[in-house]
Amino acid sequence: MSTEALTPTTYINHHLSFFAKPLGDGSFWTLHVDSLVTAVLLGIVGFGFLWWVVRGATSGVPTKRQAFVELAIEFVDDQAKGIFHGDRHKFVAPLALTVFVWVLLMNAMDFLPVDIMSWVYKNVLGLNSWHSVPTADINTTFALALAVWFLMIFFSIKVKGLGGWIHELFCTPFGSNPLLWIFNLMFNLVEYVSKPLSHSLRLYGNMYAGEIIFLLLGMWAATGIVGTIFGAILGAGWAIFHILIVALQAFIFMMLTIVYISMAHESH
Amino acid sequence: MNINLTMISQGIAFAIFIWFTASFIWPPLLTAITERQKKIEEGLAAAERSKKDLELAQTRSTDTLREAREKATEMIGGSERQAAHLLEEARAEAAQIINQARVAAEGEAAVAAQRAKENLRDQVALLAVAGAEKILRREVNAQVHAELLASLKSEL
Repeated sequence: MSTEALTPTTYINHHLSFFAKPLGDGSFWTLHVDSLVTAVLLGIVGFGFLWWVVRGATSGVPTKRQAFVELAIEFVDDQAKGIFHGDRHKFVAPLALTVFVWVLLMNAMDFLPVDIMSWVYKNVLGLNSWHSVPTADINTTFALALAVWFLMIFFSIKVKGLGGWIHELFCTPFGSNPLLWIFNLMFNLVEYVSKPLSHSLRLYGNMYAGEIIFLLLGMWAATGIVGTIFGAILGAGWAIFHILIVALQAFIFMMLTIVYISMAHESH
Repeated sequence: MNINLTMISQGIAFAIFIWFTASFIWPPLLTAITERQKKIEEGLAAAERSKKDLELAQTRSTDTLREAREKATEMIGGSERQAAHLLEEARAEAAQIINQARVAAEGEAAVAAQRAKENLRDQVALLAVAGAEKILRREVNAQVHAELLASLKSEL
């Protein structure tokens, strides 16, 4: 891939490094152009497709394309209906659909064979290091989880009022005795911190680990022709298993999103 | 693996995609699905209704058929009875006419016989007179008669 000597470390590092563009001083002011561009492109493709189908949607006999989109929407809607009590069509269900479609597409980038894509990025697009899977970038998963987290707090305050929300912070889950306020608050803080962490790290960890395993299997190719074939077979097996992980993680991410937003709507 | 500006940019992209989905994808498709559900519901209800209608029509047609059959039987019976009655009447009338005719004929025959008898009597009388005349003409003796007549004349 690169001009330096190819060792396992450089191989893995190359595949895991981002196309980072510094926009200011300090490590925070860098932008992973690859994550952002891939994510936005996938979003445009995915939601553009949905929009294209929806624009021609009919209430009569649907085309196969429309039936497929409706299937996806009804699948998401069913999940939202089971968890969220209220008018889910206004926000929660569309949010869940957005999360599901986008995360599924971003996860699915993991199916692209890493070394071939790396070659394409380098020789066709002239990009030396380009990371395909946006959800294997912790920035993406944190962005999604924190957005959901802010929405959660927003809806908590919107539904219960600011006073109601603060009251809930101090008086649940143990009770409204003043002696328990501090424990309640600590409990709630832990909950508020753990929610986005578990939400984002679960997705990130799964996708990142999946990618690492692809890379490790890819290194079988360094051992010769037999190793290459063996690695290819293992890679195929892992890819098949990975289909499950990709869909499952997208589903879990969506479900947690619905659950968190629903919890914000309900008083304890 | 460090948190950086990417997170904020991805968050913004996420927000835009949520807004796009919530405004342009979810509502129209939901409307289409809901409308279709309503249509299917109406269609099923209509099918149910027409099924009931069909059943009703079937029972009604069976009833009508039965009624028609009964009426036809009744009519046939009635007309048979009427025909028998007519026949009876005609027979009676014919008998009466025959009777009348017989009576008339008998009367006429009696009159004719009477007339024939009278005719016969007249003719017999004439014949008797003619016979008598013939007999008398042969037996008559003008001399004797003249003597008789002369004696009568003398007695006058």
